[in-house]
Amino acid sequence: MELREAIRVAFSMIRAHKLRAFFTILGTVVGVTFLIAVITLIKGMDAYMKEDFAGRIYGYNTVQLRRNSSGPSFGPPSEEERRMRRRRPRLTFEDAEWLRARMETPGILAISSMNNGQVQGPGGRTLENVTVNGASATYFQMRELELEEGRPYAEHEAVRGVPVAVIGREVADKLFDGRGALGRTVRIQGIPYQVIGVLEKQGTLFGFSLDNVVIAPARSPVNGFVNPYNVVDEISFKVPEASLIAPAMGEMEGLMRQRHRLRPLEPNSFELETAEASLGFWDKISRMMLVALPGLVGISLVVGAVVIMNIMLVSVSERTREIGVRKSLGARRRDILLQFLIESGTLSGVGGVLGILAGIGLAALVSAISPIPARVAPWSVGLGIFLGVGVGLAAGVYPAYKAAQLDPIEALRKE
Amino acid sequence: MTPSIAEVIRTVALQKHYQRGAELVRALRGVDLVIGRNEYVAIMGPSGSGKSTLMNLIGCLDTPTAGEYILNGQPVSGLDDDQLARIRNREIGFVFQTFNLLPRSTALENVELPLVYAGVARAERRERATRALQEVELGDRLGHRPNELSGGQRQRVAVARALVTHPSILLADEPTGNLDSRTSEEIMTLFGRLHAEGQTVIVVTHEPDIAEHAERVVVLRDGLIAEDRWQAGRRGSTDEARTPVLHEV
Ligand SMILES: Nc1ncnc2c1ncn2[C@@H]1O[C@H](COP(=O)(O)OP(=O)(O)O)[C@@H](O)[C@H]1O
Ligand SMILES: [Mg+2]
Repeated sequence: MELREAIRVAFSMIRAHKLRAFFTILGTVVGVTFLIAVITLIKGMDAYMKEDFAGRIYGYNTVQLRRNSSGPSFGPPSEEERRMRRRRPRLTFEDAEWLRARMETPGILAISSMNNGQVQGPGGRTLENVTVNGASATYFQMRELELEEGRPYAEHEAVRGVPVAVIGREVADKLFDGRGALGRTVRIQGIPYQVIGVLEKQGTLFGFSLDNVVIAPARSPVNGFVNPYNVVDEISFKVPEASLIAPAMGEMEGLMRQRHRLRPLEPNSFELETAEASLGFWDKISRMMLVALPGLVGISLVVGAVVIMNIMLVSVSERTREIGVRKSLGARRRDILLQFLIESGTLSGVGGVLGILAGIGLAALVSAISPIPARVAPWSVGLGIFLGVGVGLAAGVYPAYKAAQLDPIEALRKE
Repeated sequence: MTPSIAEVIRTVALQKHYQRGAELVRALRGVDLVIGRNEYVAIMGPSGSGKSTLMNLIGCLDTPTAGEYILNGQPVSGLDDDQLARIRNREIGFVFQTFNLLPRSTALENVELPLVYAGVARAERRERATRALQEVELGDRLGHRPNELSGGQRQRVAVARALVTHPSILLADEPTGNLDSRTSEEIMTLFGRLHAEGQTVIVVTHEPDIAEHAERVVVLRDGLIAEDRWQAGRRGSTDEARTPVLHEV
């Protein structure tokens, strides 16, 4: 019997017993809904973390060198860990220069150190808790920062530590009512700086404004404020394409080990991070969710399979006479077996499709009320259909086998 | 015409036993029967005499406990399930007392069914099933479901379904058992016409009126042939040549 014929029969059975069919496939629907919703949300969360969150903290295609890790971690560090962290040498301007002179992987190197400080505008307007960032001239390029007006400071200004500053949108709004900030003076921690640029609006990250910021040359007078004198928080290296991240990281590691005179088996006395690597904690969470997922989905599908099997057994018994008729007309055992297998596969496959729709709907709902985008993974749709059909086939084996084994005479005699 | 070519069915000492609890039921106790091509045979006998059992064996729905059954010169005894299914599909057309149409399928789909199992492609299936329904004068009822048809019409759909594969034998077990006398007559007229067109027809019945239509009557009693007679006036001159076939056994 051809597949199309069997599927046609399957759909006519579904139509004939709509309510029963629905309850039959409920398990499949729920299981696949879980599957699709969770995978879609994890994917969405992943996209959010990697593209939005990590990109903003670390920049794309960037390797970051730090004394200690900046990434989120689970729980507070142990006492031993803290001691180890304190023993590590601080990173300095000289380290950055030394690295820049030696890096062979193409890319740009930038330094940056941050501290929260006070910024004063004209007429005594004062802002507290502004992010003061002492950075190299390359920092703007590195972070792909666009200026709304004015210009970033140049290399020669940065090297000489000229007191000029680029200010964030929020600072410009609050100190200058949004207009005419260029050329004016602001006092950072009391030290006068000339405003030469205003950043485009950056938005927020986890509720923190990225526009409440001033950026000034690292060697300018903020040097000793953002950090102990000549110490830098981060040395970043941005490569032109993702494939160069690993080579750059390897090279920086080798150079820094040399710089810190580490013996071969000694652990690194610094931290190298990338947006990708810093997402380790997120990977852990998503992996945990993905590990729990098969359990949830599995339980629903097993329950679904048991229901399908029982309903199919009822169906076989109700249609015993039909089976007898089919056999009398020349259906072989395998024709009957296939017919019932295809029926339960189709039934459950329909459940899979409904589950996919419900799962996507659920994920869309969550993304509508949260910043997490819904990213439907094509493979999860494939998996949903595969599982739906698979559950039906597995659950159908025994009933279909029973149907195929029926004796035609007995079957025909049944009322 | 040699007997071996003319002969469609030959049973030799055919036996069928059933176990019912501790009791062994000998439904057939040694039936020797030869039926030639284009014969029209009525199998009669009281209830429980083994008529249906014989039909099931002839129709390859069941295998004998002992004895031999040769269909179109081929012994059926050693065949497996799939081979029997194939023979049912190609050689046998069943008509049942209770019609046995699939209730959710249209007349056309019901008639197509044997062709589905024969592996005939969809378009050809359509065409052949339509023609078979036209032959039983149901060309205007192709899309009707069984519950939209009268009893006589249903049985004619069943006949069309039985004939669509051009089987060697049309086997009918009490085909008029669920029909009123006028409709019964209609079906028997149809059988008569099919026989006249060359179809081998075997009808199981306990009604003498129905058996009237056949040219030969085989009466079973307690699992044995009690009587095997040709009915006067029902046979043409060419049939004389086939008579020896019966007695060669
Ligand atoms: N599957 C079976 N199991 C046990 N006994 C059976 C079975 N089928 C038929 N019989 C018995 O075999 C005998 C012949 O039955 P059957 O061929 O149906 O007779 P008929 O069709 O002439 O009424 C009866 O005694 C019946 O009870
Ligand atoms: Mg009977």
